[in-house]
Amino acid sequence: MDQQTKDLISNEIANNEICLFMKGTPDAPQCGFSMAIANMFKILEVDFKGINVLENQSLREGIKEFSDWPTIPQLYVKKEFIGGCDIVKEMYENGELKKLLENKEIKFKK
Amino acid sequence: MAMDIKEIEALIKEALPDAKIEIQDLAGDGNHYSATVTSPEFSGKSKIEQHKMVYNSLRGKMGNELHALAIKTKE
Repeated sequence: MDQQTKDLISNEIANNEICLFMKGTPDAPQCGFSMAIANMFKILEVDFKGINVLENQSLREGIKEFSDWPTIPQLYVKKEFIGGCDIVKEMYENGELKKLLENKEIKFKK
Repeated sequence: MAMDIKEIEALIKEALPDAKIEIQDLAGDGNHYSATVTSPEFSGKSKIEQHKMVYNSLRGKMGNELHALAIKTKE
């Protein structure tokens, strides 16, 4: 991964409380897994920054190396890597996602 | 490129011999699977670590030959 890509990823994670590296945009996701996470945050009425990896091939590969995680989407909350679609979906279903948001002091619709 | 169920199962089994593995071909296209992996080796590990153990067992095929594999891990 080049330094420029690494800096880009680090800056996005540092500057956005909730960062979703995804395929497509929050309003027009281009992959069902990315859409699933985007929809969860819409339901919880939580603002998040969606970063479209399809716009930048080095970002698309770089984020996998950065997180040591082979798939996209990838979710970061307050600089912490939370996981991909499967983990976030499971957390949404069992209430852990709300607990995480509470612990991180992020407002959401209860 | 696609992978068949037996191939995925064999790779996971090799890395996690104690695991109980259930794989479903979600779309019937040999490209979208879900795997439920139950292993005592997950005990005490975070979900991220557990999923990484499964990804690692697939030796880089995830995201390449294997387009989509939904993973669920249980202790």
